[in-house]
Amino acid sequence: MVARLQRDAFDIGEELRDFGAGAGAIVSFSGLVRAEGGRLVALEIEHYPGMTEKAMTAYGEAAAERFGLRDWRIIHRHGRLEAGETIMMVATAARHRRAAFDGAEYLMDWLKSRAPFWKREIGPAGPGAWVEARAEDEDALARW
Amino acid sequence: MALDVLYFAWLRERIGQPRERIETDAATVRELVAQLAAMDEWHAAALSDLSAVRVALDQELADLDAPLGAAREVAFFPPMTGG
Repeated sequence: MVARLQRDAFDIGEELRDFGAGAGAIVSFSGLVRAEGGRLVALEIEHYPGMTEKAMTAYGEAAAERFGLRDWRIIHRHGRLEAGETIMMVATAARHRRAAFDGAEYLMDWLKSRAPFWKREIGPAGPGAWVEARAEDEDALARW
Repeated sequence: MALDVLYFAWLRERIGQPRERIETDAATVRELVAQLAAMDEWHAAALSDLSAVRVALDQELADLDAPLGAAREVAFFPPMTGG
């Protein structure tokens, strides 16, 4: 049961080493910075200090209750992240596969559209556009 | 009452500052937005399309018609793009 916001890189293998002891199923997802065919050099990720940490913890606790998770972990980075770097990860541990998959998808849907993070593209010429929220991401919340 | 008003992402850039202290008698978020938009052209431009603006009251998501109540901190920002 860990929600962590940080600037530094993290090691996914290390994060999963002692994760979910005794569970029958563990799912992990990680999101990376896409280069978008060279259009993008990096992303700058802004957050709302205080609210972001609270939102991450609240969604983790909600997922744990709803899907009966034995453990969960959310790590999200902020600041400048170069193409190819890992932005964030979620991991869920449950007795069975379905709850672990559903818990991870639920966390991703909520984090994408309701946790206060904003991404800005940085191209070869410098800072570019703020990434716009996608209607599909908003729609994805409806299934929960 | 005095409120801390915070801005993030392109709202922060358009308004030109990350936060400001505002004296207000507004009863709802929408009334506060009207007061802010009347301050100058930068606020007006940033707050012109409210469909692109999300709100938090004391770090909890709220909607435009929410009463300000005893809130101390109001934040305005674009739809989130985490993950």
